Amino acid sequence: MMEEVKEVTPCLSVHGHNIKVTEVLKDRDTLTFLIVSQKLSGTGEYHVDRTYDDFEWLQQQLFFQEDMPGIEGVIFPPLPAKPQVNASAKVIKQLGFLGLGEWQPYCKALEAFLRQVTAHSILSKNKAVEIFLTSSDPPGRQRARKNIFNRLSQAVEEMRKEGHKDVDEFFQTERDHNLVLTGCTKTAAERFLDVVLTEQKIAVASGYFSAALHLCVEPGENPDTQAFSKACVKLSEVFDSMKKNMARVAENNVSTLGLGLDLESRYQEAEKEMLFRRTCKLVELETAKRNAEKAKPVKKAAMEEVRKAAETEFDLICGVAKQEIALFHSVRVEMLQQALVQWCEKQLCTAKESADQFGQHLQAFRGMAW
Amino acid sequence: MAASSDRNPPPFPATEDPGAGRADMADGDSDEGEDIFVSNSNNPVAVSRGVSQPDHVNEMPPDLFSEEEANNTTARSNGVHSDDDNDLFAEAHVELSTDKPGSARKELSTSSGTHPASSITQSPAAMQPTSLEQLEDEEAKDSFDVDVAVTNPEKVGDGMNAYVTYKVSTRTSLPMFKSKAFSARRRYSDFLGLYEKLSVKQSLHGCIIPPPPEKSVVGMTKVKVGMDDPSSVEFVERRRAALERYLQRIVSHPLLLQDPDVREFLEREDLPRAVSTQTLSGAGFLKMINKASDAVNKMTIKMNESDTWFEDKFQEVESEEQQLRKLHALVDSLVNHRKELCGNTAIFAKSMAMLGNSEDNTALSRALSQLAEVEDKMEQLHQEQAASDFFIFEELLADYIRLLGAMRGCFDQRMRAWQRWQEAQSTLQKKRESEAKLLWANKPDKLQQAKEEITEWEARVTQYERDFDRIGVTVRKEVLRFEKEKAKDFKSQIIKYLEAMQQSQQRLIKFWEAFLPEAKAIA
Repeated sequence: MMEEVKEVTPCLSVHGHNIKVTEVLKDRDTLTFLIVSQKLSGTGEYHVDRTYDDFEWLQQQLFFQEDMPGIEGVIFPPLPAKPQVNASAKVIKQLGFLGLGEWQPYCKALEAFLRQVTAHSILSKNKAVEIFLTSSDPPGRQRARKNIFNRLSQAVEEMRKEGHKDVDEFFQTERDHNLVLTGCTKTAAERFLDVVLTEQKIAVASGYFSAALHLCVEPGENPDTQAFSKACVKLSEVFDSMKKNMARVAENNVSTLGLGLDLESRYQEAEKEMLFRRTCKLVELETAKRNAEKAKPVKKAAMEEVRKAAETEFDLICGVAKQEIALFHSVRVEMLQQALVQWCEKQLCTAKESADQFGQHLQAFRGMAW
Repeated sequence: MAASSDRNPPPFPATEDPGAGRADMADGDSDEGEDIFVSNSNNPVAVSRGVSQPDHVNEMPPDLFSEEEANNTTARSNGVHSDDDNDLFAEAHVELSTDKPGSARKELSTSSGTHPASSITQSPAAMQPTSLEQLEDEEAKDSFDVDVAVTNPEKVGDGMNAYVTYKVSTRTSLPMFKSKAFSARRRYSDFLGLYEKLSVKQSLHGCIIPPPPEKSVVGMTKVKVGMDDPSSVEFVERRRAALERYLQRIVSHPLLLQDPDVREFLEREDLPRAVSTQTLSGAGFLKMINKASDAVNKMTIKMNESDTWFEDKFQEVESEEQQLRKLHALVDSLVNHRKELCGNTAIFAKSMAMLGNSEDNTALSRALSQLAEVEDKMEQLHQEQAASDFFIFEELLADYIRLLGAMRGCFDQRMRAWQRWQEAQSTLQKKRESEAKLLWANKPDKLQQAKEEITEWEARVTQYERDFDRIGVTVRKEVLRFEKEKAKDFKSQIIKYLEAMQQSQQRLIKFWEAFLPEAKAIA
């Protein structure tokens, strides 16, 4: 929330809230995503195609935004893991909900990422965002620099810092809370995925049963055998309906609550990373303080400089972090609410359709002449 | 119904004319729960007080039978030898408690207090006040003359010698039974014993004798050890349902119903323990059938089938069995997935509950907890759906497969009858030849014997030919009857299934409708 603008900061020329990832094209090993955004002025649209590497480029640009002190306090919108055509089982598992179907959930996740970036007051002003969304040429696909903001690549000894006691109660509480929520959300997402996968299995099994029933036509003019055959064929239709219903239930689960839990889970991780960065700075600051105190008079002044710099930086980060946390809390609640409402509405609609269908089948059976 | 108006029914609190429209009765006596009997053939027994509508037993057996029995079988000792149905009302029936309407499968204390009001005749207790529609339905259907239910499994004894007994309750209007409604406790080996007895009866050759459910060492051992875990409960329930269907098929078969062994099974207080039931494990049963088929195939004298009907049918039966086996496997897979879904849903519900607890936004926390509850309810739904799939389709298909096996057995019996006839003919031929030889050799005393043997064998040939024809006729009838029952059965099961599915969808709708406002309320 930067009120004072010293210079003209680059503004996005498109709307952020309705960015769409409309299609995904498979070309042997590469997936290309088509992104459509609406121009701010007038009625034009930008259509660009981007690969995952482009997204990573964008993320890098955001991480390494210069002239933005305190940026470590930003909770960066999480980018989904890299997709793979003909992915291995491990990759599929890692992707969770995003690995399902023909990449539609994945597209939705990318969409969410872009919308979050463009909605972010600090990040949206990064030139890279404008380039990413509007340039017809793909942005420079240089080799991704080592992502020092990604905790996964951090050295093991740095992990110890995670538990470092905080000086600020607000942050300590937030860290504790985040730890619990991250775990719970991840678990919930995984369990929900299991539910969805089983639902898909049921749909498939219903389909097989339906197909087998359809073949149960018996020869002969005996009215009873004919009646039995007719019943089999009709029952086959019933199970076909059931297959479609189950598939839709699973799809509803994925597209609403599944995606919601997935995003929530990744966002919690993103907050965790931000808090960790801050904690690392805290450790750095405390080290600098100690060094300054223990320094011999010769080095004292220099150490003091270091300490001051560290303190300034740390304070900035805390300032940004506090704002980000507040924003995060409200955004995530809103996001979860949306997911839950949509989930409920879709499932309700599907259940009603299904009940109608069963009613029709029932009528048809009752009316069958024997 | 009109017949009954001739009689003077003993004073019954709420009605005058027992024979009058059922609808009236239902209305008038809703407290007393009039039993309405709709009979088809045995109509003098407008035993209006007598037997409750047996037709619905299939849907709710325990309700019908859960009352009276013990009172019946004891006190009703010799009161009712219902050869003359019209005398029913003249006899003193036992007083029965009417105040325990349809308690589903609970172990009813058999000494429920007797009804104070009526001292003389009493309707064997009401099920529950039958609704008007139900009565009209019952009127429309054909009713059985006999209905059986298998309920109340109970474990007797402990450890490896333990076994389970089931209550077999019968309700009937037929004169050949000693009473109208009665029950006995039977164990699984008794059912097997009945099957054994029926299978070997000459008179029943050609009949499709319904096979009982298979033995299961694994299933039973678990039950012996303890009856409480869900898989044991399921096993017992599965067996109980299968035994019930088994008996229902037997009593709905006109010939089998006449059999004294069947009657004894249903009526007799204590049955001598059946011993030679070793052969009838599932695998054993199949082996028996297949061995018979093989023996027939190895017959040296190939049967000249004058009637292609049998050949065609046999092929049909074999291919149908294949199809049904395939279907059965597919339903089994479906049922397993549904069970898996139950488990996954329950685990998911727990994880959501935990998430809801950790959440500090109150509205969100509450919504998540609600979600957890909704998921719990859905698990229940899935559970029922799995059971529905299973009991309605999987077990039905398994029954049909077994029945087809029995049918193949009938075809074999016919073949064997033919073989016997042919062998007798060839023996007769040999005897005639030897007679001729003896004539030529002039041995008068041996000749006499030869002549006697010829006469004996001529009689046998005639007898076996008649047997063969008779079996042919029986098998044909049985096959047609089976096909008819199968079609009817299948349709009614499907309707039951669809009704259950529709209901569960309705409940699902309710769950979602209840949850929606909670989700919207998150601020």
